[in-house]
Amino acid sequence: MRPFEYQRTTDESDAVRAATSTAANIPATDQPIQFLAGGTNLSDYMRLEVLRPERVVDIARLDRQRYGQIEVSQQGLRIGALVRMADAEDHPLITRDYPVIRDTLYLAASRQIRNMATLGGNPLQRTRCEYFREVSFPCNKRKPGSGCSALDGVNRGHAILGTSDACIATYPGDFAQALIALDATIETLGPKGKRTIPFAKLHRLPGDTPHLETTLEPGELITFIHVPSGPWTRQSRYVKVRDRTSYQFALASAAVALDLNGDQVRSARIALGGVATVPWRAAEAEQSLHGKPLNEGTAQEAAEIAFAQAKPREHNRFKVDLGKQTLVRALLETRDMKATSV
Amino acid sequence: MTFDARMNRRQFVTVAATSAALPLAGHAAMDPPSSQGSRSPSLHQLTLNVNGQNHVLGLDSRTSLLDALRDHLGLTGTKKGCDHGQCGACTVHINGRRALSCMTFAAAAEGDQITTIEGLGSATEALHPMQQAFIDHDAFQCGYCTPGQIMSAIACVNEGHASRPEDIREYMSGNLCRCAAYPNIVAAIEQARDRMRQT
Repeated sequence: MRPFEYQRTTDESDAVRAATSTAANIPATDQPIQFLAGGTNLSDYMRLEVLRPERVVDIARLDRQRYGQIEVSQQGLRIGALVRMADAEDHPLITRDYPVIRDTLYLAASRQIRNMATLGGNPLQRTRCEYFREVSFPCNKRKPGSGCSALDGVNRGHAILGTSDACIATYPGDFAQALIALDATIETLGPKGKRTIPFAKLHRLPGDTPHLETTLEPGELITFIHVPSGPWTRQSRYVKVRDRTSYQFALASAAVALDLNGDQVRSARIALGGVATVPWRAAEAEQSLHGKPLNEGTAQEAAEIAFAQAKPREHNRFKVDLGKQTLVRALLETRDMKATSV
Repeated sequence: MTFDARMNRRQFVTVAATSAALPLAGHAAMDPPSSQGSRSPSLHQLTLNVNGQNHVLGLDSRTSLLDALRDHLGLTGTKKGCDHGQCGACTVHINGRRALSCMTFAAAAEGDQITTIEGLGSATEALHPMQQAFIDHDAFQCGYCTPGQIMSAIACVNEGHASRPEDIREYMSGNLCRCAAYPNIVAAIEQARDRMRQT
Protein backbone atom coordinates (compact mmCIF):
# COMPACT_ATOMS: atom_id res chain seq x y z
CA MET A 1 0.00 0.00 0.00
CA ARG A 2 1.23 3.49 -0.84
CA PRO A 3 1.52 6.05 1.95
CA PHE A 4 -1.40 8.43 2.25
CA GLU A 5 -2.59 11.25 4.43
CA TYR A 6 -5.58 10.29 6.61
CA GLN A 7 -8.08 13.04 7.29
CA ARG A 8 -11.16 12.64 9.45
CA THR A 9 -14.10 14.97 8.90
CA THR A 10 -17.27 15.54 10.89
CA ASP A 11 -18.79 18.15 8.57
CA GLU A 12 -20.02 17.31 5.07
CA SER A 13 -18.88 20.60 3.54
CA ASP A 14 -15.40 20.06 4.96
CA ALA A 15 -15.43 16.56 3.51
CA VAL A 16 -16.32 17.78 0.04
CA ARG A 17 -13.74 20.57 0.24
CA ALA A 18 -11.05 18.12 1.36
CA ALA A 19 -11.87 15.75 -1.49
CA THR A 20 -12.25 18.27 -4.30
CA SER A 21 -9.58 18.10 -6.94
CA THR A 22 -9.25 19.17 -10.53
CA ALA A 23 -8.51 15.63 -11.60
CA ALA A 24 -11.51 15.07 -13.86
CA ASN A 25 -11.40 12.64 -16.80
CA ILE A 26 -8.50 10.66 -15.42
CA PRO A 27 -9.00 6.99 -14.53
CA ALA A 28 -11.17 6.68 -11.46
CA THR A 29 -8.40 4.56 -9.97
CA ASP A 30 -5.94 7.46 -10.30
CA GLN A 31 -8.05 9.90 -8.31
CA PRO A 32 -5.66 11.39 -5.76
CA ILE A 33 -8.31 11.69 -3.07
CA GLN A 34 -10.76 9.02 -1.95
CA PHE A 35 -13.63 9.04 0.52
CA LEU A 36 -13.51 6.37 3.23
CA ALA A 37 -16.64 5.13 5.00
CA GLY A 38 -16.92 1.37 5.60
CA GLY A 39 -13.60 0.80 3.87
CA THR A 40 -14.44 -2.72 2.71
CA ASN A 41 -13.75 -1.94 -0.94
CA LEU A 42 -11.27 0.90 -0.57
CA SER A 43 -8.85 -0.82 1.81
CA ASP A 44 -8.78 -3.93 -0.38
CA TYR A 45 -8.02 -2.02 -3.57
CA MET A 46 -5.46 0.16 -1.79
CA ARG A 47 -3.68 -2.94 -0.54
CA LEU A 48 -3.62 -4.27 -4.11
CA GLU A 49 -2.32 -0.83 -5.19
CA VAL A 50 -5.11 -0.57 -7.74
CA LEU A 51 -6.03 2.56 -5.78
CA ARG A 52 -3.16 4.77 -4.65
CA PRO A 53 -4.77 7.86 -3.13
CA GLU A 54 -2.57 10.57 -1.66
CA ARG A 55 -5.34 11.53 0.73
CA VAL A 56 -8.15 9.54 2.31
CA VAL A 57 -11.05 11.56 3.69
CA ASP A 58 -12.90 9.61 6.39
CA ILE A 59 -16.59 10.49 6.30
CA ALA A 60 -17.77 7.80 8.74
CA ARG A 61 -18.08 10.39 11.54
CA LEU A 62 -20.41 12.76 9.71
CA ASP A 63 -23.62 13.39 11.63
CA ARG A 64 -25.29 10.00 12.02
CA GLN A 65 -28.56 11.64 13.03
CA ARG A 66 -28.64 12.92 9.48
CA TYR A 67 -26.73 10.44 7.33
CA GLY A 68 -27.17 7.28 9.38
CA GLN A 69 -30.98 7.13 9.32
CA ILE A 70 -33.63 5.31 7.31
CA GLU A 71 -36.84 7.32 6.93
CA VAL A 72 -39.95 5.53 5.75
CA SER A 73 -42.92 7.56 4.50
CA GLN A 74 -45.86 7.35 2.10
CA GLN A 75 -43.53 8.65 -0.60
CA GLY A 76 -40.97 5.93 -0.07
CA LEU A 77 -37.59 5.46 1.55
CA ARG A 78 -34.96 8.04 2.29
CA ILE A 79 -31.77 6.26 3.22
CA GLY A 80 -28.76 8.15 4.57
CA ALA A 81 -25.48 7.31 2.88
CA LEU A 82 -23.88 6.16 6.13
CA VAL A 83 -26.54 3.53 6.90
CA ARG A 84 -24.75 0.19 7.08
CA MET A 85 -25.91 -2.66 4.88
CA ALA A 86 -26.77 -4.76 7.94
CA ASP A 87 -28.98 -2.02 9.39
CA ALA A 88 -31.12 -1.83 6.28
CA GLU A 89 -31.16 -5.62 6.00
CA ASP A 90 -32.60 -5.90 9.52
CA HIS A 91 -35.07 -3.01 9.12
CA PRO A 92 -38.60 -4.45 9.59
CA LEU A 93 -40.29 -2.02 7.19
CA ILE A 94 -37.77 -2.63 4.44
CA THR A 95 -38.23 -6.38 4.91
CA ARG A 96 -42.02 -5.98 4.73
CA ASP A 97 -42.44 -3.31 2.07
CA TYR A 98 -39.27 -3.52 -0.02
CA PRO A 99 -38.23 -7.19 0.17
CA VAL A 100 -36.06 -6.93 -2.95
CA ILE A 101 -33.83 -4.45 -1.11
CA ARG A 102 -33.58 -6.72 1.89
CA ASP A 103 -32.75 -9.68 -0.39
CA THR A 104 -29.94 -7.85 -2.19
CA LEU A 105 -28.35 -6.95 1.15
CA TYR A 106 -28.86 -10.27 2.92
CA LEU A 107 -27.44 -12.20 -0.05
CA ALA A 108 -24.35 -9.99 -0.33
CA ALA A 109 -20.90 -10.44 1.19
CA SER A 110 -20.69 -11.61 4.82
CA ARG A 111 -22.34 -10.24 7.93
CA GLN A 112 -19.05 -8.70 9.06
CA ILE A 113 -18.74 -6.83 5.78
CA ARG A 114 -22.40 -5.83 5.90
CA ASN A 115 -21.83 -4.41 9.39
CA MET A 116 -19.11 -2.18 7.95
CA ALA A 117 -20.11 -1.26 4.41
CA THR A 118 -22.34 1.78 3.94
CA LEU A 119 -25.19 2.11 1.46
CA GLY A 120 -23.69 5.25 -0.05
CA GLY A 121 -20.49 3.40 -0.85
CA ASN A 122 -21.99 0.05 -1.80
CA PRO A 123 -23.22 1.03 -5.29
CA LEU A 124 -19.72 2.36 -6.05
CA GLN A 125 -17.91 -0.90 -5.35
CA ARG A 126 -15.44 -1.76 -8.06
CA THR A 127 -15.44 -4.72 -10.39
CA ARG A 128 -13.88 -8.00 -9.30
CA CYS A 129 -12.32 -8.53 -12.76
CA GLU A 130 -9.09 -10.37 -11.95
CA TYR A 131 -7.17 -8.38 -14.55
CA PHE A 132 -8.36 -5.15 -12.97
CA ARG A 133 -7.37 -6.37 -9.51
CA GLU A 134 -3.85 -7.48 -10.48
CA VAL A 135 -1.93 -4.37 -11.51
CA SER A 136 0.66 -6.19 -13.62
CA PHE A 137 -1.93 -6.89 -16.35
CA PRO A 138 -2.91 -4.41 -19.06
CA CYS A 139 -6.34 -2.98 -18.24
CA ASN A 140 -8.19 -0.17 -19.99
CA LYS A 141 -9.97 0.70 -16.76
CA ARG A 142 -6.72 1.33 -14.93
CA LYS A 143 -4.55 2.46 -17.86
CA PRO A 144 -6.57 3.76 -20.82
CA GLY A 145 -5.32 2.33 -24.11
CA SER A 146 -3.27 -0.45 -22.51
CA GLY A 147 -5.70 -3.13 -23.67
CA CYS A 148 -8.19 -5.49 -22.05
CA SER A 149 -6.66 -8.70 -20.74
CA ALA A 150 -10.06 -10.25 -20.12
CA LEU A 151 -11.29 -10.23 -23.73
CA ASP A 152 -9.20 -13.28 -24.56
CA GLY A 153 -8.21 -14.22 -21.04
CA VAL A 154 -10.03 -16.23 -18.41
CA ASN A 155 -13.40 -14.52 -18.66
CA ARG A 156 -15.79 -16.94 -16.97
CA GLY A 157 -16.99 -14.30 -14.54
CA HIS A 158 -17.21 -11.48 -17.05
CA ALA A 159 -20.13 -9.56 -18.48
CA ILE A 160 -22.21 -10.41 -21.53
CA LEU A 161 -24.39 -7.28 -21.53
CA GLY A 162 -23.22 -3.69 -21.87
CA THR A 163 -19.74 -4.75 -22.91
CA SER A 164 -17.42 -3.00 -25.35
CA ASP A 165 -14.22 -3.87 -27.18
CA ALA A 166 -12.39 -2.04 -24.42
CA CYS A 167 -13.89 -3.68 -21.32
CA ILE A 168 -16.05 -6.62 -20.24
CA ALA A 169 -15.66 -6.22 -16.48
CA THR A 170 -18.78 -7.20 -14.54
CA TYR A 171 -20.48 -4.81 -12.16
CA PRO A 172 -20.29 -6.92 -8.99
CA GLY A 173 -22.92 -5.47 -6.64
CA ASP A 174 -26.42 -6.61 -5.69
CA PHE A 175 -28.07 -3.63 -3.95
CA ALA A 176 -27.72 -1.55 -7.13
CA GLN A 177 -30.01 -3.95 -8.98
CA ALA A 178 -32.78 -3.26 -6.46
CA LEU A 179 -32.20 0.48 -6.74
CA ILE A 180 -32.29 0.59 -10.52
CA ALA A 181 -35.37 -1.66 -10.67
CA LEU A 182 -37.23 0.57 -8.20
CA ASP A 183 -36.31 3.83 -10.00
CA ALA A 184 -34.26 5.14 -7.09
CA THR A 185 -32.62 8.53 -7.15
CA ILE A 186 -29.51 9.67 -5.34
CA GLU A 187 -28.83 12.97 -3.68
CA THR A 188 -25.27 14.21 -3.77
CA LEU A 189 -23.21 17.02 -2.33
CA GLY A 190 -20.30 18.18 -4.41
CA PRO A 191 -18.08 21.17 -5.14
CA LYS A 192 -21.01 22.72 -7.05
CA GLY A 193 -23.54 22.04 -4.32
CA LYS A 194 -26.40 19.59 -4.06
CA ARG A 195 -28.03 17.71 -6.89
CA THR A 196 -30.37 14.79 -7.38
CA ILE A 197 -29.78 12.27 -10.15
CA PRO A 198 -31.61 9.11 -11.19
CA PHE A 199 -29.73 6.06 -9.93
CA ALA A 200 -29.80 4.76 -13.50
CA LYS A 201 -27.55 7.70 -14.52
CA LEU A 202 -24.88 7.02 -11.87
CA HIS A 203 -22.91 4.31 -13.66
CA ARG A 204 -21.43 4.76 -17.11
CA LEU A 205 -21.25 2.05 -19.74
CA PRO A 206 -17.62 1.23 -20.50
CA GLY A 207 -17.70 2.12 -24.22
CA ASP A 208 -14.33 3.56 -25.22
CA THR A 209 -13.77 5.02 -21.77
CA PRO A 210 -14.03 2.21 -19.20
CA HIS A 211 -11.76 4.22 -16.89
CA LEU A 212 -14.64 6.64 -16.27
CA GLU A 213 -16.94 4.60 -14.08
CA THR A 214 -19.56 6.99 -12.75
CA THR A 215 -20.99 10.42 -13.44
CA LEU A 216 -19.87 11.74 -10.05
CA GLU A 217 -17.32 14.52 -10.07
CA PRO A 218 -14.18 14.43 -7.95
CA GLY A 219 -15.24 15.39 -4.43
CA GLU A 220 -18.92 14.65 -5.05
CA LEU A 221 -20.40 12.61 -2.24
CA ILE A 222 -23.56 10.50 -2.29
CA THR A 223 -25.57 11.74 0.72
CA PHE A 224 -29.00 10.10 0.40
CA ILE A 225 -30.76 7.41 -1.58
CA HIS A 226 -34.46 7.84 -2.34
CA VAL A 227 -36.62 4.89 -3.28
CA PRO A 228 -40.15 5.85 -4.39
CA SER A 229 -43.03 3.79 -3.06
CA GLY A 230 -45.36 2.00 -5.44
CA PRO A 231 -47.69 -0.96 -5.63
CA TRP A 232 -44.80 -3.09 -6.96
CA THR A 233 -42.38 -2.72 -4.03
CA ARG A 234 -44.05 -5.31 -1.78
CA GLN A 235 -44.13 -7.97 -4.45
CA SER A 236 -40.45 -7.89 -5.19
CA ARG A 237 -37.59 -10.31 -4.95
CA TYR A 238 -33.93 -10.90 -5.78
CA VAL A 239 -32.63 -14.24 -7.02
CA LYS A 240 -28.87 -14.67 -6.94
CA VAL A 241 -27.04 -17.62 -8.47
CA ARG A 242 -23.40 -18.18 -7.54
CA ASP A 243 -20.65 -20.77 -7.26
CA ARG A 244 -21.25 -21.30 -3.55
CA THR A 245 -24.45 -20.70 -1.63
CA SER A 246 -23.21 -17.83 0.49
CA TYR A 247 -20.52 -15.14 0.61
CA GLN A 248 -19.97 -15.03 -3.12
CA PHE A 249 -20.54 -12.64 -6.00
CA ALA A 250 -23.30 -13.40 -8.48
CA LEU A 251 -22.77 -15.34 -11.69
CA ALA A 252 -26.28 -14.26 -12.60
CA SER A 253 -28.95 -12.48 -10.62
CA ALA A 254 -32.30 -10.84 -11.17
CA ALA A 255 -34.23 -8.25 -9.21
CA VAL A 256 -37.94 -8.27 -10.00
CA ALA A 257 -40.81 -6.09 -8.77
CA LEU A 258 -44.35 -6.72 -9.97
CA ASP A 259 -47.66 -4.93 -9.96
CA LEU A 260 -50.19 -7.62 -10.80
CA ASN A 261 -53.91 -7.68 -11.36
CA GLY A 262 -54.62 -11.32 -10.66
CA ASP A 263 -51.94 -12.93 -12.78
CA GLN A 264 -52.09 -10.09 -15.32
CA VAL A 265 -49.03 -7.82 -15.35
CA ARG A 266 -49.77 -4.12 -14.79
CA SER A 267 -46.10 -3.34 -14.58
CA ALA A 268 -42.94 -5.36 -14.22
CA ARG A 269 -39.54 -4.08 -13.20
CA ILE A 270 -36.47 -6.14 -13.95
CA ALA A 271 -32.79 -5.59 -13.23
CA LEU A 272 -29.99 -8.03 -13.93
CA GLY A 273 -26.75 -8.57 -12.04
CA GLY A 274 -23.62 -10.66 -12.50
CA VAL A 275 -24.01 -10.49 -16.28
CA ALA A 276 -23.59 -6.81 -17.13
CA THR A 277 -20.95 -4.10 -16.94
CA VAL A 278 -23.26 -1.77 -15.02
CA PRO A 279 -26.45 -2.19 -12.95
CA TRP A 280 -28.72 -3.34 -15.77
CA ARG A 281 -32.38 -2.50 -16.28
CA ALA A 282 -34.05 -4.87 -18.76
CA ALA A 283 -36.61 -2.36 -20.04
CA GLU A 284 -37.62 -4.23 -23.22
CA ALA A 285 -38.18 -7.43 -21.28
CA GLU A 286 -40.42 -5.47 -18.90
CA GLN A 287 -42.42 -4.05 -21.82
CA SER A 288 -42.96 -7.53 -23.23
CA LEU A 289 -44.82 -8.54 -20.07
CA HIS A 290 -47.16 -5.59 -19.76
CA GLY A 291 -50.81 -6.54 -20.01
CA LYS A 292 -50.03 -10.25 -20.27
CA PRO A 293 -50.54 -13.05 -17.81
CA LEU A 294 -47.27 -13.97 -16.10
CA ASN A 295 -46.58 -17.63 -16.70
CA GLU A 296 -43.69 -19.88 -17.70
CA GLY A 297 -44.17 -18.98 -21.37
CA THR A 298 -44.31 -15.19 -21.02
CA ALA A 299 -41.46 -15.26 -18.49
CA GLN A 300 -39.35 -17.23 -20.96
CA GLU A 301 -40.17 -14.72 -23.72
CA ALA A 302 -39.11 -11.86 -21.46
CA ALA A 303 -35.86 -13.67 -20.68
CA GLU A 304 -35.12 -14.20 -24.37
CA ILE A 305 -35.61 -10.47 -24.97
CA ALA A 306 -33.47 -9.54 -21.97
CA PHE A 307 -30.52 -11.52 -23.33
CA ALA A 308 -31.07 -10.97 -27.06
CA GLN A 309 -28.09 -8.61 -27.26
CA ALA A 310 -25.80 -10.76 -25.11
CA LYS A 311 -22.20 -10.95 -26.33
CA PRO A 312 -20.51 -13.88 -24.62
CA ARG A 313 -16.78 -14.63 -24.82
CA GLU A 314 -14.95 -17.93 -24.61
CA HIS A 315 -15.59 -18.88 -20.98
CA ASN A 316 -18.84 -17.12 -20.14
CA ARG A 317 -21.25 -18.55 -22.72
CA PHE A 318 -23.03 -20.40 -19.93
CA LYS A 319 -24.17 -17.04 -18.58
CA VAL A 320 -26.62 -16.57 -21.44
CA ASP A 321 -28.70 -19.60 -20.41
CA LEU A 322 -28.01 -19.16 -16.72
CA GLY A 323 -29.09 -15.53 -16.91
CA LYS A 324 -32.32 -16.41 -18.68
CA GLN A 325 -33.17 -19.18 -16.26
CA THR A 326 -32.38 -16.93 -13.31
CA LEU A 327 -34.77 -14.31 -14.64
CA VAL A 328 -37.54 -16.82 -15.33
CA ARG A 329 -37.20 -18.16 -11.82
CA ALA A 330 -37.18 -14.67 -10.32
CA LEU A 331 -40.31 -13.68 -12.25
CA LEU A 332 -42.26 -16.79 -11.27
CA GLU A 333 -41.13 -16.72 -7.65
CA THR A 334 -42.07 -13.05 -7.38
CA ARG A 335 -45.48 -13.78 -8.90
CA ASP A 336 -46.00 -16.50 -6.31
CA MET A 337 -45.02 -14.36 -3.32
CA LYS A 338 -47.82 -14.01 -0.82
CA ALA A 339 -48.93 -10.45 -1.25
CA THR A 340 -48.67 -9.02 2.25
CA SER A 341 -51.71 -7.18 3.52
CA VAL A 342 -51.35 -3.43 3.86
CA MET B 1 19.43 -22.38 16.30
CA THR B 2 18.32 -24.70 19.04
CA PHE B 3 14.77 -24.59 20.23
CA ASP B 4 14.87 -23.61 23.87
CA ALA B 5 12.11 -25.31 25.79
CA ARG B 6 11.53 -22.09 27.71
CA MET B 7 10.98 -20.17 24.50
CA ASN B 8 7.37 -20.15 23.43
CA ARG B 9 6.24 -20.62 19.86
CA ARG B 10 5.73 -16.91 19.24
CA GLN B 11 9.21 -15.95 20.45
CA PHE B 12 10.63 -18.66 18.24
CA VAL B 13 8.71 -17.44 15.21
CA THR B 14 9.78 -13.86 15.90
CA VAL B 15 13.49 -14.77 16.15
CA ALA B 16 13.34 -16.95 13.07
CA ALA B 17 11.61 -14.23 11.05
CA THR B 18 14.16 -11.62 12.12
CA SER B 19 17.11 -13.75 11.10
CA ALA B 20 15.52 -14.48 7.74
CA ALA B 21 14.82 -10.81 7.06
CA LEU B 22 18.39 -9.77 6.22
CA PRO B 23 18.74 -11.27 2.74
CA LEU B 24 15.27 -9.97 1.84
CA ALA B 25 16.22 -6.38 2.62
CA GLY B 26 18.49 -6.30 -0.44
CA HIS B 27 15.59 -7.38 -2.65
CA ALA B 28 13.34 -4.62 -1.43
CA ALA B 29 15.99 -2.03 -2.20
CA MET B 30 16.06 -3.15 -5.86
CA ASP B 31 12.36 -2.51 -6.44
CA PRO B 32 11.88 0.15 -9.11
CA PRO B 33 10.75 3.52 -7.78
CA SER B 34 7.01 4.05 -7.97
CA SER B 35 5.67 6.00 -10.94
CA GLN B 36 4.16 8.52 -8.53
CA GLY B 37 7.48 9.30 -6.94
CA SER B 38 8.25 8.53 -3.36
CA ARG B 39 5.77 9.50 -0.71
CA SER B 40 6.76 9.59 2.87
CA PRO B 41 4.72 7.64 5.35
CA SER B 42 2.18 9.69 7.24
CA LEU B 43 2.41 9.13 10.98
CA HIS B 44 -0.44 9.63 13.41
CA GLN B 45 -0.66 9.56 17.15
CA LEU B 46 -3.93 8.00 18.14
CA THR B 47 -5.69 6.33 21.01
CA LEU B 48 -7.26 2.92 20.56
CA ASN B 49 -9.67 1.54 23.12
CA VAL B 50 -9.15 -2.21 23.18
CA ASN B 51 -10.83 -4.51 25.67
CA GLY B 52 -11.71 -1.54 27.85
CA GLN B 53 -8.22 -0.05 27.97
CA ASN B 54 -6.90 3.00 26.15
CA HIS B 55 -3.61 2.66 24.30
CA VAL B 56 -1.73 5.59 22.80
CA LEU B 57 0.06 4.57 19.63
CA GLY B 58 2.09 6.27 16.91
CA LEU B 59 1.11 4.59 13.66
CA ASP B 60 1.60 4.89 9.92
CA SER B 61 -1.77 5.80 8.38
CA ARG B 62 -1.62 2.54 6.39
CA THR B 63 -1.71 0.40 9.54
CA SER B 64 -4.77 -1.78 9.68
CA LEU B 65 -6.54 -2.32 12.96
CA LEU B 66 -5.42 -5.95 12.65
CA ASP B 67 -1.73 -5.02 12.46
CA ALA B 68 -2.15 -2.47 15.25
CA LEU B 69 -3.60 -5.18 17.50
CA ARG B 70 -1.05 -7.84 16.63
CA ASP B 71 2.18 -5.94 16.01
CA HIS B 72 1.78 -2.86 18.19
CA LEU B 73 -0.32 -4.09 21.11
CA GLY B 74 0.87 -7.71 21.17
CA LEU B 75 -2.70 -9.00 20.99
CA THR B 76 -1.95 -11.87 18.66
CA GLY B 77 -5.17 -13.76 19.29
CA THR B 78 -6.73 -11.99 16.31
CA LYS B 79 -5.41 -13.77 13.23
CA LYS B 80 -4.35 -12.61 9.79
CA GLY B 81 -5.62 -15.02 7.18
CA CYS B 82 -6.09 -13.39 3.79
CA ASP B 83 -5.75 -9.68 4.71
CA HIS B 84 -8.41 -8.98 2.05
CA GLY B 85 -11.71 -9.53 3.83
CA GLN B 86 -12.28 -12.97 2.38
CA CYS B 87 -11.71 -15.32 5.33
CA GLY B 88 -12.95 -13.74 8.58
CA ALA B 89 -9.95 -14.84 10.69
CA CYS B 90 -9.44 -11.22 11.78
CA THR B 91 -13.00 -10.72 13.09
CA VAL B 92 -13.25 -8.46 16.16
CA HIS B 93 -16.10 -6.50 17.69
CA ILE B 94 -16.24 -2.78 17.03
CA ASN B 95 -18.81 -1.09 19.27
CA GLY B 96 -20.32 -4.53 19.86
CA ARG B 97 -20.68 -5.41 16.17
CA ARG B 98 -18.54 -7.96 14.40
CA ALA B 99 -16.21 -6.41 11.85
CA LEU B 100 -13.07 -7.25 9.90
CA SER B 101 -9.98 -5.71 11.46
CA CYS B 102 -7.94 -6.22 8.26
CA MET B 103 -10.27 -3.87 6.35
CA THR B 104 -10.37 -1.26 9.11
CA PHE B 105 -7.68 1.39 9.21
CA ALA B 106 -6.47 1.77 12.78
CA ALA B 107 -6.83 5.53 12.46
CA ALA B 108 -10.48 5.10 11.52
CA ALA B 109 -11.12 3.05 14.69
CA GLU B 110 -10.05 5.82 17.05
CA GLY B 111 -13.00 6.56 19.30
CA ASP B 112 -14.50 3.08 18.95
CA GLN B 113 -14.71 0.31 21.53
CA ILE B 114 -12.79 -2.67 20.21
CA THR B 115 -13.12 -6.14 21.68
CA THR B 116 -10.77 -8.96 20.74
CA ILE B 117 -10.68 -12.62 21.69
CA GLU B 118 -8.38 -11.63 24.59
CA GLY B 119 -11.22 -9.53 25.99
CA LEU B 120 -13.56 -12.48 26.45
CA GLY B 121 -12.13 -14.77 29.10
CA SER B 122 -8.99 -16.72 29.78
CA ALA B 123 -7.75 -20.03 31.08
CA THR B 124 -7.32 -18.51 34.53
CA GLU B 125 -10.71 -16.81 34.57
CA ALA B 126 -14.02 -18.21 33.40
CA LEU B 127 -14.25 -18.88 29.70
CA HIS B 128 -17.01 -17.25 27.68
CA PRO B 129 -19.78 -19.78 26.98
CA MET B 130 -18.81 -19.67 23.31
CA GLN B 131 -15.18 -20.49 24.05
CA GLN B 132 -16.28 -23.38 26.27
CA ALA B 133 -18.69 -24.61 23.59
CA PHE B 134 -15.93 -24.68 20.96
CA ILE B 135 -13.90 -26.89 23.33
CA ASP B 136 -16.89 -29.08 24.21
CA HIS B 137 -17.73 -29.69 20.54
CA ASP B 138 -14.17 -29.89 19.24
CA ALA B 139 -15.14 -27.11 16.88
CA PHE B 140 -11.69 -26.71 15.36
CA GLN B 141 -8.76 -28.70 14.12
CA CYS B 142 -5.75 -26.46 13.46
CA GLY B 143 -7.37 -23.62 15.41
CA TYR B 144 -6.19 -20.76 13.23
CA CYS B 145 -9.66 -19.54 12.31
CA THR B 146 -11.03 -20.13 15.83
CA PRO B 147 -10.66 -16.66 17.39
CA GLY B 148 -12.45 -15.15 14.39
CA GLN B 149 -15.09 -17.89 14.49
CA ILE B 150 -15.73 -17.28 18.19
CA MET B 151 -15.97 -13.50 17.86
CA SER B 152 -18.28 -13.88 14.89
CA ALA B 153 -20.36 -16.55 16.63
CA ILE B 154 -20.95 -14.40 19.73
CA ALA B 155 -22.17 -11.57 17.54
CA CYS B 156 -24.30 -13.98 15.53
CA VAL B 157 -26.09 -15.03 18.73
CA ASN B 158 -26.41 -11.43 19.98
CA GLU B 159 -27.89 -10.35 16.65
CA GLY B 160 -30.56 -13.05 16.98
CA HIS B 161 -29.36 -14.91 13.90
CA ALA B 162 -28.62 -18.25 15.55
CA SER B 163 -32.13 -19.69 15.98
CA ARG B 164 -31.81 -22.39 13.34
CA PRO B 165 -28.80 -24.33 12.02
CA GLU B 166 -29.42 -22.95 8.50
CA ASP B 167 -29.36 -19.39 9.86
CA ILE B 168 -26.11 -20.11 11.68
CA ARG B 169 -24.56 -21.46 8.50
CA GLU B 170 -25.68 -18.43 6.49
CA TYR B 171 -24.70 -15.79 9.04
CA MET B 172 -21.37 -17.50 9.76
CA SER B 173 -20.44 -17.79 6.09
CA GLY B 174 -17.91 -14.98 6.45
CA ASN B 175 -15.66 -17.21 8.56
CA LEU B 176 -13.89 -19.86 6.57
CA CYS B 177 -12.45 -23.00 8.18
CA ARG B 178 -10.03 -24.79 5.88
CA CYS B 179 -10.16 -27.83 8.19
CA ALA B 180 -13.93 -27.86 7.57
CA ALA B 181 -14.99 -28.17 11.21
CA TYR B 182 -18.28 -26.60 10.19
CA PRO B 183 -20.72 -29.17 11.67
CA ASN B 184 -18.95 -28.90 15.03
CA ILE B 185 -18.94 -25.11 14.84
CA VAL B 186 -22.71 -25.09 14.26
CA ALA B 187 -23.18 -27.47 17.21
CA ALA B 188 -20.99 -25.28 19.43
CA ILE B 189 -22.94 -22.16 18.54
CA GLU B 190 -26.24 -23.89 19.33
CA GLN B 191 -24.95 -24.87 22.77
CA ALA B 192 -23.53 -21.42 23.51
CA ARG B 193 -26.69 -19.73 22.23
CA ASP B 194 -28.76 -21.51 24.86
CA ARG B 195 -26.26 -20.80 27.65
CA MET B 196 -25.86 -17.15 26.64
CA ARG B 197 -29.65 -16.76 26.89
CA GLN B 198 -29.58 -18.05 30.46
CA THR B 199 -27.03 -15.48 31.64
